[in-house]
Amino acid sequence: MNGSVPKISIRGAHKAFGRNRVLRGVDLDVGVGESVVVIGGSGTGKSVLLKCILGLLTPEAGSIQIDGQEVVGMGGYERDRIMHKFGMLFQGAALFDSLPVWENVAFSLLDSGEMSRQEARRVAEDKLAQVGLGPEVGDMWPAELSGGMKKRVGLARAVATEPEIIFFDEPTTGLDPIMGDVINDLIVKCVRELGATALSITHDMASARKIADRIAMLYDGQIIWAGPVAEIDRSGNAYVDQFINGRAEGPIKMAVRV
Amino acid sequence: MLADRTTERRLNIPLLSPIGRVFLAFLATAGRLTLFAGASVSHCVRAPFYPRLIGHQMIEIGYYSLPVVGLTAIFTGMVLALQSYTGFSRFNAESAIALVVVLSVTRELGPVLAGLMVAGRIGAAMAAEIGTMRVTEQVDALTTLSANPFKYLVAPRLIAGTLMLPVLVLIADIIGVFGGYLIGVYKLGFNPANYLSQTWDVLETQDVVSGLVKAAVYGFLIALMGCYHGYHSKGGAQGVGQATTNAVVSSSILILSFNYVITALFFGV
Ligand SMILES: Nc1ncnc2c1ncn2[C@@H]1O[C@H](COP(=O)(O)OP(=O)(O)OP(=O)(O)O)[C@@H](O)[C@H]1O
Ligand SMILES: [Mg+2]
Repeated sequence: MNGSVPKISIRGAHKAFGRNRVLRGVDLDVGVGESVVVIGGSGTGKSVLLKCILGLLTPEAGSIQIDGQEVVGMGGYERDRIMHKFGMLFQGAALFDSLPVWENVAFSLLDSGEMSRQEARRVAEDKLAQVGLGPEVGDMWPAELSGGMKKRVGLARAVATEPEIIFFDEPTTGLDPIMGDVINDLIVKCVRELGATALSITHDMASARKIADRIAMLYDGQIIWAGPVAEIDRSGNAYVDQFINGRAEGPIKMAVRV
Repeated sequence: MLADRTTERRLNIPLLSPIGRVFLAFLATAGRLTLFAGASVSHCVRAPFYPRLIGHQMIEIGYYSLPVVGLTAIFTGMVLALQSYTGFSRFNAESAIALVVVLSVTRELGPVLAGLMVAGRIGAAMAAEIGTMRVTEQVDALTTLSANPFKYLVAPRLIAGTLMLPVLVLIADIIGVFGGYLIGVYKLGFNPANYLSQTWDVLETQDVVSGLVKAAVYGFLIALMGCYHGYHSKGGAQGVGQATTNAVVSSSILILSFNYVITALFFGV
């Protein structure tokens, strides 16, 4: 990062739900124009981490800075201004089911009033095409879409305003392998061509290797390993090894009875 | 030390702590509701506004509630005429029937019954819709798309509720009086012109105005409770169901208690 201010900087973030202490001191930096992938077991708090950065959840302790500016506890206009930098794909897509697909994709463009409806519609169809959906999908309702189609519409919505920082929560889950790769390419394109900074979550190691500059592993409420994608196979960390190879035996114990 | 603690436990836990806990929970809810109401109102009066969404809610609340409210009003007016006839005929005071019908409908039954019907229809729908949006992360998605949920979801409903309930109640007043007229003229055989002039003579501006003020307050309360319970719902389908029930029950109770307060303010001594 050559000493420049990182785009996202997290220090000692703690978040608990009652007795369930999910994040216990997370430290993570994401540089400008960098693509970082967070991996980790189900329920380790990856989605919670993203929501803390977005300000949807407030960490009890620790600092989160965007472009060097502290965002924990920020409110009002400042927060609105920061929000404009973000695009987010939710794990469950979170499409507005009261709006047709194209208005979902063009939501921010219509809401800010910077575009006429025809223009916004054209942009929406363009974004839908990028995720492999035809213009006829634009007139459908979210309830009429399959799970994978919803995910792709959510992705189109997240990138529609060409935000500076994009968060992808499991972008390829529920997609077939070919479409998964199309989405990987799209994410890479957003980062390379638009210069966006990306923070993604995935369980899919093939996808992680393709879209990540760096990978970070979240375990037990902390980032236990972070490094360039090329080094993941020789991380020397038993937890990382077990996770990327998907072995049931190892230091990570699953609470299941066989 | 140990003995102290056991006596303390014996005294406190079985008797006082449940009361204290209920009281604290009540205070916490009241506080949260007040903050929610404050934030909502402040977003109602500050730009940007969403005229499309306000219009949509006005149609949903005003237009689509007309059949329910109209039916309630006409039957209420009819029953009032019938009941007061059976009561008053003993005292030979049929002329009081027009008075009973028009005053009960405009002052009390119009606003209260319309309020309760709309609470069941609209309050429940608002809680269910916003609750579903909450549990499916659509409310979070609004925030990340730089649209404030208070502005986008809550403010249009509050504005539409406060504006449309008085309109509904005005229509309910007219229909209710008409229901009384139908019974009076066609069943009890009164002179139509006399009935109408009696109605007109007893009616004062204050009767109608107090009813409309009540309606505006109820409209605000219904939308507020629907939005509040929806916004704070959690835990999937069951949580949304709970939010819907809470919205209807709490707005009904608030309507009945505010009915007393407003009546006391207008007609109290
Ligand atoms: N709103 C909430 N209220 C209470 N607990 C929550 C909430 N959100 C998340 N949790 C808890 O936080 C923990 C982490 O959840 P999170 O959704 O971040 O997992 P995740 O790492 O994204 O898992 P997955 O890979 O399955 O999506 C879980 O134990 C969950 O029960
Ligand atoms: Mg998750």
